[in-house]
Amino acid sequence: MKFDASKCLTAKITEIKPSGIRKFFDLLGDMKDVVGLTVGQPDFDTPWHIRNAGIRSLEEGHTYYTSNNGIMEMREEIAKYQKRRFGLEYDPAKEIIVTVGGSEAIDLAMRALLEPGDEVIIPQPCFVCYEPLARLAGATPVIIDLSADNGFRLTAEQLKNAITEKTKLLVLAFPNNPTGSVMRKADLEAIAEVIRETNICVLSDEIYAELTYGEKHVSIATLDGMRERTIVANGFSKAYAMTGWRMGYTLAPEYFTKQMAKVHQYGIMSAPTTSQYASIEALKNGDADIEYMKGEYEARRRLIVSELNRIGIETFMPDGAFYVFADLRKFGIDDETFCERLLHEHKCAIVPGSAFGESGRGFARLSYAYSPAHISKAIKRIEEFIKTL
Amino acid sequence: MKERILEYLEKDARMSHSDIATMLGITVEEVEKTVAECEENGTILNYRTMINWDLVDKNTVTALIELKTIPQRDKGFDSVAERICHFPEVKSVALMSGGFDLAITVECKNMREVAFFVAEKLATIEGVTATATHFELQKYKENGVVYGTEKTDKRGNSW
Repeated sequence: MKFDASKCLTAKITEIKPSGIRKFFDLLGDMKDVVGLTVGQPDFDTPWHIRNAGIRSLEEGHTYYTSNNGIMEMREEIAKYQKRRFGLEYDPAKEIIVTVGGSEAIDLAMRALLEPGDEVIIPQPCFVCYEPLARLAGATPVIIDLSADNGFRLTAEQLKNAITEKTKLLVLAFPNNPTGSVMRKADLEAIAEVIRETNICVLSDEIYAELTYGEKHVSIATLDGMRERTIVANGFSKAYAMTGWRMGYTLAPEYFTKQMAKVHQYGIMSAPTTSQYASIEALKNGDADIEYMKGEYEARRRLIVSELNRIGIETFMPDGAFYVFADLRKFGIDDETFCERLLHEHKCAIVPGSAFGESGRGFARLSYAYSPAHISKAIKRIEEFIKTL
Repeated sequence: MKERILEYLEKDARMSHSDIATMLGITVEEVEKTVAECEENGTILNYRTMINWDLVDKNTVTALIELKTIPQRDKGFDSVAERICHFPEVKSVALMSGGFDLAITVECKNMREVAFFVAEKLATIEGVTATATHFELQKYKENGVVYGTEKTDKRGNSW
C-alpha cells in the first residue's frame, strides 16, 4: 500500500497558514546589501556577566535537568524581580514555571485553559503566535481590530462587543509588537471593569514590560479582582538581550500553575539548565543593563520617529517595545506592495503591517533595534523610494 | 545632558548634531552650544579616526615602556612627563601606581628605532633611573573597539 502522509497529518495543523513575517523573510532570502529594519530582537549581545554565569555553570558541571518548574533559586529571583520592578507578588514554590522562552509560556496557558468550543479574544495587530496557538488548543480565535485612531489600544467598548457566552480568554499583549503601543493604568482599569463581570481569564504577555519610555509598565494582574484570573507570561529575551537563551516564565495562581505544569513537565521536562543559571545572574545583577539598553532604544526611537516624519511618513511616537508602526496609507499602494517594492527597488526591508493582522494593513513595522547609523541609512533608502511614488 | 552628548560623540564623532539633538530630545542649538563650550575649554580634545593599520601596508612597531624616575621637588613627576610628551613618536604618557612611575607608548618604524629612542632620548633625561621596553605583538582591543571582528549582524531573520 502506498503511504499517504496527508492522511496522517491533522487538519488543525495543516490549515495553519505560515506567518506573514515568515513569508516576507522568505522573500528577503539571500538578497545581498539589504539594509533592513526587520529584526524583532535586541542588537546588543547578552551582557558579559550574564554569559559568563552560563559558562561557569557548565564548568561547574551543571549539565542535568533541573526541577520541572525551574531551579528554585531562579524562581525566587523571578519573584523578587517582579515585586521590585512591577509590584507583582507570586509564590516561587507554587506560582511560577520557568519556560522555554515567552512563547512556551503562552502555549502553556492556552493548552491548560482552552478546549473546543471556547473563544479567545485576540486584539490585533499583534505578534503572530496567539491565533495559531489558540487553534492548536482547539479554540476559536475572535479578533478585535484595533485602530490607529486611539493608538492601537484596546477599549472597553471593543471588548464588550467581542464577548460572547463562549469567551474563555482575553489575550493582552502590551507593550505591543508591532505597534509599540502601551495600555496605561486607566486603560487597563476600563478593561478590568468589563472582565470582572464575567468568568473570563486573561493571558497578559508582558515580554516588553521593561521597555516603556513614559510611565512604568502596569500589569493588569495588579488591578482588583484580576490576579485570580490572570496568567502573566514574561521572559528574558527583550529586557536582557537574551533571545537565543530561550528563557521565559509564567506567573499564575496555584490552580492554574499546577495544571500548566503538567503540559510543561510532559512536553519539555525542564527549561535549559545553562540558560537558567545565566538568567539567575541577570535577575540578581542585571537591572543596570536593562536601564542602559532602554536608554539606547529610547534615543533611537526619537531618531526614527523624527526621521520618518521628516520624510513625510506620519508616525506616532510609540510608548513601548522597539518598533514604530508607520502609516503608509496616503501613498495609495497596499502595505505589502510598498514593502516588496522598497525591497526590490531600494534594497531596504521593513515588515508589512498586515503580517500582524488585517487591522495592520496600510502600515509597516520598523524595528529600531539597530545602530543610529544603520537607521539613518535605511531612512535614506525609504526617502528615495517614496520620491518615486 | 552634557555627559550624554559627549558619550555619543565619543562613540561616533561623525554623528550629526541634529541626530544627537533628536535622540536626546533637545534642540540642535543646545547640542551646538555644549559642543562649542567643550571644544573651547578642552573637554573635547580632538576628533580622530580609529584605523586598523594592519589592513594597510604601513608597518610600524608599538612599544610600551615602563620608566622609573626620581620625583623632583615641587614638581613631582610632572616635568619629566611633560618633557617626554614633546617627542612625536610618543603616543601616550601616564603616571602609574605600582612598580614603576610612567607608562609610555611609542610608535616607531622598526625595533631599532625604538631601541635608539629609549637609549638616546628617554634614558638620558635627568632623573630617569630605569626603563623596561615591551614590544606589542598583536592588538586585540583599543578604545573599547575590538580589532578584527567582522561587523555582521548575528541575528537570524526569524521574527
